[in-house]
Amino acid sequence: MFGILTIDALPFYSWVAMTGAGVTVLGGAGALALVAWFNFWKPLWNDWLTSVDHKRIGVMYIILALIMLVRGFVDAIMMRMQQAFAMGNEGYLPPDHFDQIFSSHGTIMIFFMAMPFVSGLINIVVPQQIGARDVAFPFMNSVSLWLTASGAGLVLVSLVIGKFSTAGWTGYPPYSGIEYSPGVGVDYWLWALLVSGVGSTMTGINFIVTILRLRAPGMTLMKMPMFSWTSLVVALLMAFAFPALTVVAVMLGLDRIFGMHFFTNGDGGNMMNFINLLWIWGHPEVYILILPAFGVYSEVVATFSQKRLFGYESLVYATAAIGFLSFTVWLHHFFTMGSSASVNAFFGIATMIIAVPTGVKVFDWLFTMYRGRIIMHSTMYWTIGFIVTFVIGGVTGVLLALPPADYLMHNSTFLVAHFHNMLIPGALFGYFAGMNYWFPKAFGFKLDEKWGKRSFWFWISGFYCAFMPLYVLGFLGMSRRMEHYDVPEWQPYLIFAAFGAVLVMIGLICIGVQLWVSVRDRAKNMDLTGDPWNGRTLEWATASPPAVYNFAIVPTVEEIDAFHDMKKRGLAYAASERYEDIEMPDNTPLGLIIGGFGFVLGFAMIWHMWWLAVVSLVVVVACLIIKSSNDDDEHIIPAADVEAIEKERLKIIASQPPHPVIGASETPVPDGSPVPGSA
Amino acid sequence: MSLEATAHGAVHGEESKYEDREFGFWVYLMTDSLIFALAFATYVVMIENYSDGPTQKDLFSLGHTAGETFLLLTSTLTFGFASLAMRAGQATRVMLWLAVTMILGVGFVGMELAEFSGMIAAGAGPDRSGMLTAFFTLVGTHGVHVTLGSLGIFVMICQVAVKGLTPPVRSRLTRLAMFWHFLDIVWIGIFSVVYLPGVL
Amino acid sequence: MSNSNAGTHTLSSYLTGYVVALVLTAIPFAFAWAGWFSVRTTLLVVAVTAIVQVVVHLVYFLHINYRTTAKENLLALAFAGVLIFLMIGGTLWIMFDLHYQML
Repeated sequence: MFGILTIDALPFYSWVAMTGAGVTVLGGAGALALVAWFNFWKPLWNDWLTSVDHKRIGVMYIILALIMLVRGFVDAIMMRMQQAFAMGNEGYLPPDHFDQIFSSHGTIMIFFMAMPFVSGLINIVVPQQIGARDVAFPFMNSVSLWLTASGAGLVLVSLVIGKFSTAGWTGYPPYSGIEYSPGVGVDYWLWALLVSGVGSTMTGINFIVTILRLRAPGMTLMKMPMFSWTSLVVALLMAFAFPALTVVAVMLGLDRIFGMHFFTNGDGGNMMNFINLLWIWGHPEVYILILPAFGVYSEVVATFSQKRLFGYESLVYATAAIGFLSFTVWLHHFFTMGSSASVNAFFGIATMIIAVPTGVKVFDWLFTMYRGRIIMHSTMYWTIGFIVTFVIGGVTGVLLALPPADYLMHNSTFLVAHFHNMLIPGALFGYFAGMNYWFPKAFGFKLDEKWGKRSFWFWISGFYCAFMPLYVLGFLGMSRRMEHYDVPEWQPYLIFAAFGAVLVMIGLICIGVQLWVSVRDRAKNMDLTGDPWNGRTLEWATASPPAVYNFAIVPTVEEIDAFHDMKKRGLAYAASERYEDIEMPDNTPLGLIIGGFGFVLGFAMIWHMWWLAVVSLVVVVACLIIKSSNDDDEHIIPAADVEAIEKERLKIIASQPPHPVIGASETPVPDGSPVPGSA
Repeated sequence: MSLEATAHGAVHGEESKYEDREFGFWVYLMTDSLIFALAFATYVVMIENYSDGPTQKDLFSLGHTAGETFLLLTSTLTFGFASLAMRAGQATRVMLWLAVTMILGVGFVGMELAEFSGMIAAGAGPDRSGMLTAFFTLVGTHGVHVTLGSLGIFVMICQVAVKGLTPPVRSRLTRLAMFWHFLDIVWIGIFSVVYLPGVL
Repeated sequence: MSNSNAGTHTLSSYLTGYVVALVLTAIPFAFAWAGWFSVRTTLLVVAVTAIVQVVVHLVYFLHINYRTTAKENLLALAFAGVLIFLMIGGTLWIMFDLHYQML
C-alpha cells in the first residue's frame, strides 16, 4: 500500500534534520493559518490558484522563486558555517547531511529559484511588452506553473519524509545509481527535475508561439523590445534543451527502478554518456538563466539613462548568437573526462567565442549610459554592480575554457567561485532589478527605494566577501564539496567567506523588509498612471496593475520604444471612440489538479507505490481529455465594461502631471533632474 | 503568416487561434524529435555493449520488422484519407478512416509487444545489457507514442461522433495527423538505425 | 500548417507519397535481406533511402513546402534539424573519441 514508505522516513535521527523538517512544516502551516486568518480562501482559489491570467501566473512564479531562494540560501549559509568550523574536526554536520545540503542547494537554486523567477518575469512582462492580451496557450501556462511548483514541493517534502540526494545537483552516476545510492534521495531529485522539466518545456513552447504570433500590428521582430527578444531566445532554449534533461533523467530512473544498464558500472553501461547528455541540456540552461537578466538590464539601462538603447541591432544579434552557441560548448563541463586534444580544443575555442557577443552586450550597455541623463534608481545599482562583477566572472570563465588550465582547476573552489560569479550578478541581480522595475506594473505601487539600495549594497559586498576567497582557495588546492579538511591555511579564507554569507543574509532580509515597508506605505508610492519610470516600451502603456485584458485597444507600433514614440506624438493616452467586446479565457482548476497529481505521481514513484502512480497518471490523462473536449472555455467582456474601465483610468491619468518626453515638440528638454512621478 | 511585419495581435480571430495551436504543436513535435535524437545517439553509443549477452543478429527478425513497418506506413496513408474526408466535410468517413488507422496502430503496438515479450522470455530483456537497455528504451518510447496516438484517435472518433466536424475538432484532427505522420518518420529512423544494420 | 492551399492535400498526392515510401522502404530491406553488397555499401544504401524517405514523408504527409508552409514552421524545422545534427554528431564524436582513448 505504502510501497517502501515507513515511519522511519521521518527525520528523528538528527537535530539539524529535525529542525529543517520542523521549519518546513511550520512554514506551510503558518501560510495556511495566514490564509485562514484573513479568510482569503475564496480569492485565493478564484483569483489565483485557478487563474490562467499570465500576470497572476507570473506573480505566483515569483512568490515560489522567493520562497525557494530563502530555502536555498539557508542551505548555502549552513555550508559556509560548516566549512568555517570544520578544520581538523567534524563540524556540526555529518557528511551524509552535508552532502544533502550541497545537492539541494544547487538543485533548488537552479530549478526552483532561478527557473520560476525567469518564467515569472517573462510571464508578467512579455505579453504586455508585445501588445498582446494574453499568452498563446493560457491553460498550458497554468499547467506549467503547477508542474514547476510540484517539483519544488517534492524537494521541500524530502526534508520531512525521507532524505534528499547526496549526489550533487548534477547527480553523476555510478554514484547516483541504485548500487551506490539505494535510498530515495536520488529519486526525489530525479522526479523533481522530471516534473518541473516538463513544465519548463511547455513554458518554452508557449512563449515561442506567443512572441512569434501575437505581437501587436507593426511590431516587427526588429522593433521588439530587448527583454522580449531575450525571452524569445530563452523560450527557444527552454523548448529545445529541456528534452535532453528529460531523456537523461528518464534513463537514470529506468536504471534505478528497472535495473537497466544505461549508466551502470558493469553490464555494458556507459556512465560517461550521462555526463554528455546532462550537459547538452546543462549549458543552454546557463543561458536560460542569464539571458532574461540581460534583457532586464537592457530595459533598465535605457529607461534610466533616458535614452534609446545603444546598438539595439547588435544586442539582438548578440543574443541570438549566444543562444545558438550555447548548444555547441557542452563538453567544457567535462574537459577532464579524457577526450583527445582535438575534441577538447574544439569545445574550448567554441566556449571562448561566446565571450565575444557577451562583450558586445557589455559595451552596448556602457554606451547607452554614456551621455545619458542617468537616474540612479536602485535598478541601476543592480545593473552597474552586475556589469563590473560579471566581467570578472567572464574573465575567469575564459581562463577555465582553456583545457590545460581546466585540468588544474576542475572541481576546485575556483570553479565554484566562477559559476557563482556568473549566476549571482548575471542572473539573480537581474531578477532583483526586474522585480524592482516591474513591481509597480504588477501591483500598482512602487517598492521602497531606501531598502532596495540597502539590499543591493549588502548583496554585492556579501558576494565579493563570500566568493573572492573561494578563487584563492581554488589556487590553494581546495576541492569543492568538502565536509571537513585539515589544511590550516584554508580556514581564514573560509571564515571570511562565511562572513560574506552573513552579509548576503542581511541583503536578503533587506529585500523582505523592502517588501514589507512598501506594502505598508503603499499609499505614498502609488503608481496611478501605469508609467512610473517614464518608460519606453509597451508594458508601460497599460494600467498598473493592468486590466485583465491588458490593452483595450491593441496599439499599432511604428518604432522601437513604441510607448516612448506614442508619448512623443501625443498618442499615449488618447481615448478611443469606441471599444469592442473582448474574449478572454475562463479560469480552470484543471491546471492545479494536473500539477497536483504530477506531485502525487512523483511521490508515488519515489516510494514505489505503483498503484498510486498509475492512478495519478490516469487522472492527468483524464484531465487533458476533459480539457480537450471543452470548446466553450472563454467568456466575453462586454464593450461597455471595457469602456467604463478605460474612462476611469484616463480620468486618473489626466489628474497626474505628465512625464517630460525628450524629443516631444511641446516639452522643453529636461535638465536631468528626476522626472515628476518617478520620485 | 510571415515573421515580418504581419503580427496580428489586433485581429486575433478564431482562424488564427487554431493556426497558433498548430504552430505550437509543430514546435512540440520538434522538441519531441530531440528526445528521439538523443535516444538514437545513446543507442548508437551502446550498440556493441553486449555484456556477453545476445547481439542484434541473434534477436532481430527482418520479417517481423517489415510487418510493423507496413502497418505503420499504411496507417499513415489511412490517416491521410481521414484528413481528406475532413476537408470534404464527411464526418462518417472521417470516423471510418480514423478507426482503420487506430486498428493498424494497435496492431503495430501488438506486434511490438509480441517482439518485446519474446525477447524478454528468451532472457534478452532490457536489464540484460547496455545495448538491450538502449534498444528497449528507444523502440519502447516510440511504442508509447503510438499508444498515446491511438488513444488520441479514439478520443477524436468520439468527438467527431458527438460534436461533428466543428472548427475546434478539425483543428485537433489536424494536430493529431501531424503527430501520427511524425511517428512514422521516427520509425524510418528506427528501422534504418536499429533493425537493418542490426542484421547485417 | 496552413489549410488555405490544397497543395498536397489530394488523394493522388497521398497515394504517390505512399507508393514512393513503400519503394524506399523495400529497397533497404531487400539489400539487408539479400546481402548483395558489402556491409559498408548496404549501410550507405540504408542511410540514403532513409534520408530520402524522411523528405518524402515531410512533403507528402506533413505537407511541408516552400510555398504554403508558414515561415515559422520551416524555421522551427530547420532549427530542430541543426540541433539534431549538433546533438547526435557531438555525442557520437565525443563518446567514440573517448572509447578510442580508453582502448
